[in-house]
Amino acid sequence: MSDKNINIKLKVWRQNGPNDAGRFDNYEMNEIPTAASFLEMMDMLNEKLLGEGKEPISFDHDCREGICGACSMFINGRAHGPDNAVTTCQLHMRKFKDGDTITIEPWRAKAFPVIKDLMVDRYSLDLIQQAGGYVSVNTGSAPDANSMPIHKDIAEEAFDAAACIGCGACVATCKNGSAMLFVGAKVSHLALLPQGKIEAKERAQKMLAKMDELGFGSCSNTGACEVECPKEVSISFIARLNREYLVANLKD
Amino acid sequence: MINLDAKIPQGKLAEKWTNYKENQKLVSPNNKRKLDIIVIGTGLAGASAAASLAEMGFNVKVFCYQDSPRRAHSIAAQGGINAAKNYQNDGDSTYRLYYDTIKGGDYRSRESNVFRLAEVSANIIDQSVAQGVPFGREYGGTLANRSFGGVLVSRTFYARGATGQQLLLGAYSGLNRQIALGKVESFPRTEMMDVVVIDGRARGVVVRNLITGKVSSHFGHAVAIGSGGYGNVFFLSTNAMGSNGSAIWKAYKKGAAFANPAFVQIHPTAIPQHGDYQSKLTLMSESLRNDGRIWVPNKLEDAEAIRLGQKKPADIADDDRDFYLERRYPAFGNLVPRDVAARAAKERCDKGYGIENNATKEGVFLDFKYAIDRLGQKTIEERYGNLFQMYEKITGDNPYETPMKIYPAVHYTMGGLWVDYELQSTLPGLFIIGEANFSDHGANRLGASALMQGLADGYFVLPYTIQNYLADQFDVKRISTDSDEFKAAENSVKAHINRLMNVKGKKSVDSFHRDLGKIMWDKVGMARTATKLKEAIEEIKILKKEFWENVEIPGDTNTINVELEKANRVADFLELGELMARDALNREESCGGHYREEYQTPEGEALRRDDEFMYVAAWEYTGDEKEPILNKEKLVFEETEVKVRNYKTAK
Ligand SMILES: Cc1cc2nc3c(=O)[nH]c(=O)nc-3n(C[C@H](O)[C@H](O)[C@H](O)COP(=O)(O)OP(=O)(O)OC[C@H]3O[C@@H](n4cnc5c(N)ncnc54)[C@H](O)[C@@H]3O)c2cc1C
Ligand code: SF4
Ligand code: FES
Repeated sequence: MSDKNINIKLKVWRQNGPNDAGRFDNYEMNEIPTAASFLEMMDMLNEKLLGEGKEPISFDHDCREGICGACSMFINGRAHGPDNAVTTCQLHMRKFKDGDTITIEPWRAKAFPVIKDLMVDRYSLDLIQQAGGYVSVNTGSAPDANSMPIHKDIAEEAFDAAACIGCGACVATCKNGSAMLFVGAKVSHLALLPQGKIEAKERAQKMLAKMDELGFGSCSNTGACEVECPKEVSISFIARLNREYLVANLKD
Repeated sequence: MINLDAKIPQGKLAEKWTNYKENQKLVSPNNKRKLDIIVIGTGLAGASAAASLAEMGFNVKVFCYQDSPRRAHSIAAQGGINAAKNYQNDGDSTYRLYYDTIKGGDYRSRESNVFRLAEVSANIIDQSVAQGVPFGREYGGTLANRSFGGVLVSRTFYARGATGQQLLLGAYSGLNRQIALGKVESFPRTEMMDVVVIDGRARGVVVRNLITGKVSSHFGHAVAIGSGGYGNVFFLSTNAMGSNGSAIWKAYKKGAAFANPAFVQIHPTAIPQHGDYQSKLTLMSESLRNDGRIWVPNKLEDAEAIRLGQKKPADIADDDRDFYLERRYPAFGNLVPRDVAARAAKERCDKGYGIENNATKEGVFLDFKYAIDRLGQKTIEERYGNLFQMYEKITGDNPYETPMKIYPAVHYTMGGLWVDYELQSTLPGLFIIGEANFSDHGANRLGASALMQGLADGYFVLPYTIQNYLADQFDVKRISTDSDEFKAAENSVKAHINRLMNVKGKKSVDSFHRDLGKIMWDKVGMARTATKLKEAIEEIKILKKEFWENVEIPGDTNTINVELEKANRVADFLELGELMARDALNREESCGGHYREEYQTPEGEALRRDDEFMYVAAWEYTGDEKEPILNKEKLVFEETEVKVRNYKTAK
């Protein structure tokens, strides 16, 4: 792979705090190696701002391997930028061309207030998990792991749902700001497995109720979330969630 | 001098843990309600401990610096977790897992702790499956296993290439359940700044809210720290950007001894460095060595041609390839332990056979062609699909078509705060779990054993042993955080923050961190000598002085201030780095990941010096400008035959 250097212009959202109106600031960056990751480019920009005695841009990140779900930028109108099945930290500058202008915004959703610049508050996603995203089992009470065989295909499908990294790209992409893909992923992951099946209905009910309460929108099946999900979580899991929910409500 | 009583229980090795549990003190259910426990960290160790302690009835407060407990660095573990289940019927047992771990650690860990780890390993798998962790399975529906380096059995459980994520989400779900029940209070985006010591016991912590900058404190009858490893002292490592050593460094300064700080694991298979702007190194899981073959050209001119892009790996005939691990270690081949594989890669690259076109020419091939020919692309895709995808996203190369390029990178720290059998540090009431303690991996950790240890500590060990401490603590009244002791601790944290802010220098935190990393990698890295280590100590001192005169931290203290967060951590790394060099200088032998060039066999293998160095080096803090005191815990192997590590022949 031959990598080179490019010059780019950046339009970055700067916002001092939740109550600040916010604005775009423009920056120019020259000689950016295309082998660099997008966040390394942001590091270089911050280093440059520091050199000028200015405050660097705040953004969330940690693992830089596409698994912790911390990084969260809206790049050129797309959550995690112009590549498929990646997080912002896995996006590389070779996806951009010399002379490009790149617009960078925070996740925008009612349930994700901006903390500063590109950093938003996603604690609402934790609150949804706390509402029911678990199997009620205490440490030490588990039977032997092989006592309950699980079909390989089922385990694989459960993994596909469990792959969600809780980044919130689905919410930021959805025009209604809904968290249905996120909830569908957890409900399906656990409902598919015998261990999680038992509480499946109550789980779906509780997590959805919490989602509504926290100001997430409802799902109108446009499928935009699936396209931007870095872990390619399928919207078929929303259908499964709806089934679990329906069964739950019929029973009540 | 401090007292390093490991409190190893009586009895035969295999009976110690049972004996301990039968004789330990327990806390009654109604008294548990009166006891508060602080847990720092929500990785595998912290999350599992917090959830399990809350289930038992204790009141728990849990802290992490990320915006959600689920993002703790454990989430990034890829390859798998070991457990002595013997589901493959290949002769595995508690004893064999124990033996492999002790041997893998080059006989520098404590026998009794390691045996207990092997003993509880099987329960971890049961627990995780019950939580809904979607481990890989066979067609018959039973759990699948793979092999990792340094062993001859298949005992590693995995969830594709995201085992850490799935295990952590399991522990996180248990934690969430307790948060919902009100038994755990969770404080994300909150960094522990100090341990509060009252009457010689750990009684709480001072924390800083990373959003508001507010400094406050919390009382606990006991404190458990599971803050992870300190590999980021090297700047470039496979750890998450925020991984740091500050929590344990602050505890060290409050009286907890720091054990074997020099024991660092350099992982053999990470993506090589590509530029100065690089922010981290990406690991390619060790599991890849099950099916990938490592090689470099055996002609210098071929290596050069590859570096210059004049030849492709496919142009090198099999006979012109040097599968150096298979050549040097026929019994274990590509599955030798990490330290051995990493040094062998360095040896080839130092001799000029490296294939990467970067400044240091450091890189070797990890080739899947042979496995794809043997098993088909589909099988390889099933086993490693997401790792291959990750590799391609980063490098732009497709590993199904051309070999991966890899090179060793700092990965894990075996060193950490000293703990006894109960996981208690030398500061009473302060317990250390997970990668943050030193206990189980000696001088080198085997693959897939960190996840095992983190969860063993959190689910099955600490929840018992902490009760032995708390049994007489339930009538200790909660100490108000308005008390003088807490206020004094808060004030000293505030003074430290102000001191950092008032430097008002010109050089960024990252550039200091990079400079430190370079010293550490060059002089306290894979090949150490007395001369280099002494130089490192002096250079770090100079850098530390410059840091306190010239570090630039813009912004305020009462809002989110990422540069301030980083500066606080780098200030500690500068001190910790020096202690690591000191420890490496003291240890005049080679063992596991600690390789002193002066101490090697004629074949270039590590030369241990058991007569003089069969001990844990536990360093005691004596003051900022004073030298630390070395305390020694002699390692006694009652039921293990101590051998020279040999991976050339089986056993
Ligand atoms: C890329 C990679 C792959 C790996 N793969 C494997 C594998 O396949 N198998 C295996 O066994 N091991 C693997 N490891 C090692 C293993 O992941 C770690 O050793 C283990 O997860 C550490 O867990 P922990 O709970 O001790 O700490 P961590 O998971 O690092 O958690 C630390 C916690 O402490 C918190 N914290 C830290 N400092 C503070 C502070 N001052 N205040 C408040 N909170 C703080 C953090 O927020 C976090 O919640 C891998 C490691 C890496 C880097
Ligand atoms: S479903 Fe996909 S986009 Fe939504 S939070 Fe999970 S990983 Fe992110
Ligand atoms: S930083 Fe962890 S997913 Fe991007």
